[in-house]
Amino acid sequence: MNPSSTSQSVVFHVHDVTKTYQMGEVQVHALRGIELDLYQGELAVLLGASGSGKSTLLNILGGLDTPTSGQVLYGAHDLTQASESQLTEYRRYHVGFVFQFYNLIPSLTARENVAVVTEIARNPMPPEEALALVGLGERLNHFPAQLSGGEQQRVAIARAIAKNPDVLLCDEPTGALDSQTGILVLEALQQVNKTLGTTTAIITHNAGIAQMADRVIHLADGRITDIHRNASRVDPRELSW
Amino acid sequence: MLAIDIKLWRELWRMRMQAIAIAMVIVSGVAIFIMSLSTYDSLYETRESYYREHHFAEVFASLKRAPLSVAKRIEAIPGVDKVETRVVAYVNIDVEDYLDPISGHLISLPENSLGLLNRLYLRDGRMLEPGRDNEIIISQEFADAHHLQLGDKLRAVINGRSKTLTIVGSGFSPEYISQIAPGAMFPDYKSYGVMWMARAPLASAFDMAGAFNNVTLTLSQDANEQDVIDRLDDILKPYGGTGAYARKDQLSNRFIAEELKGLQNMATMFPIIFFGVAAFLLNVVISRLISLEREQISILKAFGYSNLDVGLHYSKLVLMIVALGIVIGIFLGIWMGVGLSHLYMDIYSFPFMHYVLEPHVIAFAALVSILVAMIGTLYAVQKAIKLPPAQGMRPEQPTVYRITLIERLGLQKRFSQPSRMILRHIERRPLKSFLTTLGIAMSCGIMMVGSFQESAINEMVDVQYNLSQREDFMALFSEPTAHRALHSLESLQGVEHAEGFRNASVRLKFEHRSYRTSISGIEPGSQLVRLLDQELKEIKLPEEGVIITDYLAQQLHIQPGDMLTVEVLEGNRPTLQIPVVGTAKQYLGMNVYMQRSTLNRLLKEGDAISGAYLKVDEHYRKQVYAKLKEMPRVIGAVEQRSSVEGFYEMMDDTILFFTFISTLLGGSIAFGVIYNSIRIALSERNRELASLRVLGFTQGEVAYILLGELGLLTLAAIPIGFLFGIGLCAYLALKFESDLYRIPLVLEPDVYAFAASVVIVSSLLSAILIWRNITQLDMVAVLKTKE
Repeated sequence: MNPSSTSQSVVFHVHDVTKTYQMGEVQVHALRGIELDLYQGELAVLLGASGSGKSTLLNILGGLDTPTSGQVLYGAHDLTQASESQLTEYRRYHVGFVFQFYNLIPSLTARENVAVVTEIARNPMPPEEALALVGLGERLNHFPAQLSGGEQQRVAIARAIAKNPDVLLCDEPTGALDSQTGILVLEALQQVNKTLGTTTAIITHNAGIAQMADRVIHLADGRITDIHRNASRVDPRELSW
Repeated sequence: MLAIDIKLWRELWRMRMQAIAIAMVIVSGVAIFIMSLSTYDSLYETRESYYREHHFAEVFASLKRAPLSVAKRIEAIPGVDKVETRVVAYVNIDVEDYLDPISGHLISLPENSLGLLNRLYLRDGRMLEPGRDNEIIISQEFADAHHLQLGDKLRAVINGRSKTLTIVGSGFSPEYISQIAPGAMFPDYKSYGVMWMARAPLASAFDMAGAFNNVTLTLSQDANEQDVIDRLDDILKPYGGTGAYARKDQLSNRFIAEELKGLQNMATMFPIIFFGVAAFLLNVVISRLISLEREQISILKAFGYSNLDVGLHYSKLVLMIVALGIVIGIFLGIWMGVGLSHLYMDIYSFPFMHYVLEPHVIAFAALVSILVAMIGTLYAVQKAIKLPPAQGMRPEQPTVYRITLIERLGLQKRFSQPSRMILRHIERRPLKSFLTTLGIAMSCGIMMVGSFQESAINEMVDVQYNLSQREDFMALFSEPTAHRALHSLESLQGVEHAEGFRNASVRLKFEHRSYRTSISGIEPGSQLVRLLDQELKEIKLPEEGVIITDYLAQQLHIQPGDMLTVEVLEGNRPTLQIPVVGTAKQYLGMNVYMQRSTLNRLLKEGDAISGAYLKVDEHYRKQVYAKLKEMPRVIGAVEQRSSVEGFYEMMDDTILFFTFISTLLGGSIAFGVIYNSIRIALSERNRELASLRVLGFTQGEVAYILLGELGLLTLAAIPIGFLFGIGLCAYLALKFESDLYRIPLVLEPDVYAFAASVVIVSSLLSAILIWRNITQLDMVAVLKTKE
């Protein structure tokens, strides 16, 4: 999908968002006035060092956290005004999460780890289809303890996309993987973005990954320092780090 | 303070709720142990010193009438120390404004003395003065029950003549610690009283001047008790002696002895359960703590702490929890022990109660708690000791799950993923799931014991008074009387039905076993006394042979068809051989029944009765009773039903006390097990549950996964708990079985309902406490941390 053709349709509108934590007696300013729009169908990489505020931003977009001030609109919905149960519903029906450490349920098989989400979703795809999409059609009945790290992460991606989410939020999806396995995972993410058109945000501190994105958003010290658009997306297979 | 000890305190503080929940179980074990044993010691010591200081007799005998000169011959029996002859009479008593029947024993007392043996403990008033015919001292319990004061008057029908008596004192007697009216089941201080009267007036009223009808004696140290009893029987035989018996067979003493036996059982059985549960809980909690702290343990070891240091560190944590339990348990145990001792003072008639708390009881409770805790946590602590530092730095192996049995059976289609998670979690740790279920089941069972006694008493009363003994009044004649005397009773207005009975004291013998009781001759087809088989159906009394209480048959090892030797202890004292034709279910006493006419024939007497059972129209009860009292032959009229009501009133406190204690104890186990299980499950699955929250599961859905497992185990535990409770009650009933009474194993539905409710409420309470933790699951942290 060509990102420029969808650039008019804004999925997330982030306006002047700040986030301050009280860590004991110290105030931590994690975000200091973020202005950002994310567009329908694009693949954005949020790049920044540890402590730059990228995870905080992703958590706020995912409805896991609320900003101290500012506004976050998801379509027409103001996430900053949403109640706990509205946020749960938002995560349930609209957001797909992929975590650095996979966070699979150890007591459920690959298929069931996907089913645990599709059972509560509105228009899910069959778990088998989601797993086939990430290249795990053959390992449906394996428990997490029987899968490699890369396989576990691909199960996590399948779990995130199986509900046909509107947005896919990935927090350091390759952080716990070696580069070869990481590339397999990124391929899966690109595949999903391309075939399903799911708006995808990947946060990483790994600059090498940035080339696969439509846009790269640089964060440092709680501020957006630069946003640039890649002329063309690089296939993950050609990435290296 | 050493840094490692600061860590200890902080950890204890962090897991305070869990520590408290475990400590509560230890508290329960220690408390019930101390309560039972200290009450046992108190009751035992109090009884012993009471008996000793008040010269409680060692041999007792009743007879018809013997001249005082016979006393000299009794004193001459080798082994006899002191002898006291008495006049004892069973009378009807009238207390002003109290219309229900009261019967009582009047016992002669030497003037200006509290007696030689069985000396009174005078609480109020003074001794009986010579020359004053109408003075009495009454038992304190009777005085309290009727709010009688010194100087108050009451009337006694003595030998048909009504006499007004003035109360000059009240007190206690070691002979009547348990005051139960003849033929009654329970003590009832309103309708039965023991009183003491000067010998001269009592003797003259009963035609006993220069004579006695009761003798008690003490033994010298080298005495052979059985030999004394045999010789005493020989001496009293011509004077209508009904058989002497030793202190151990004395009714009041035997009730106390049974109570002591029960306390001993309580002191062993319950603490075992509590300590077992505490050991299990400590094991799971400390195991979890140690696996959470693998990294810290490795770091400590890397810094040079020895394996021993690490082992001691966790042992200290266990000891601190146990110490908390022991200290609170001791205080609670003392409080409950004092409470129970006072309850015993109420139920029984003790003038004082020495609360005895032996240091060794406390030491033993503490030692056992510590030992059990150490054994329970041995495995977990050893794991910490053995952990190689480098291994602890690496994350633990991912947990391996399998498809559960239920799913292998092809039922998985029925379960959602959360339900599968629950099932797999249970099946992954079968032993832990089993022990958790067992722990909850035990709490359920313990609570059933608390309310079981009320059920049992209801059943005893129902079988005894509604099914078996259906009379309104029992009128006792002063001596066997011609059957036609029944007509005068039947003709009283309001009497619907009257049946005579003949009672005789007997000693039963079969093989080498013997038992002293009385034989009842009743009318065949009696409407008022019905003998019941095991299914509570009426048994027909055949013309020949006897039907005996089932428990008596067991004790004598006699079966229907066997020949029972019956030594009659009155009249011509014949020895008879009578076949046993059946057994009757009875919860009270051990009795022998036969047809009255057959008994008359065997006793070689005419158509005689000892008394009569009366069925009386409700509206005429008081009039009939008033008439009965005026009849010279009728020495006592007992109304069983009013004594049952009185008993229920008295038992209210006791039942409340035991229900309270068992709820406290059972609840503490239920809460301890359930709360700790959920806490551990939450800590083990914190990450998994937070991930689900991120994926869009609601708090309720996440709670279902966490609490569903415990809910399932709790529900499984309740029926097991019922079985366990039935077993526990059956064991108790068996232990309390005696010739005085048997406790029926009857558990009314509300016993089950109550136990199940407390278990469920404990679960809900745990769930509510855990709910806060579920709402605070840290969704952000879970994305960033490694397992």
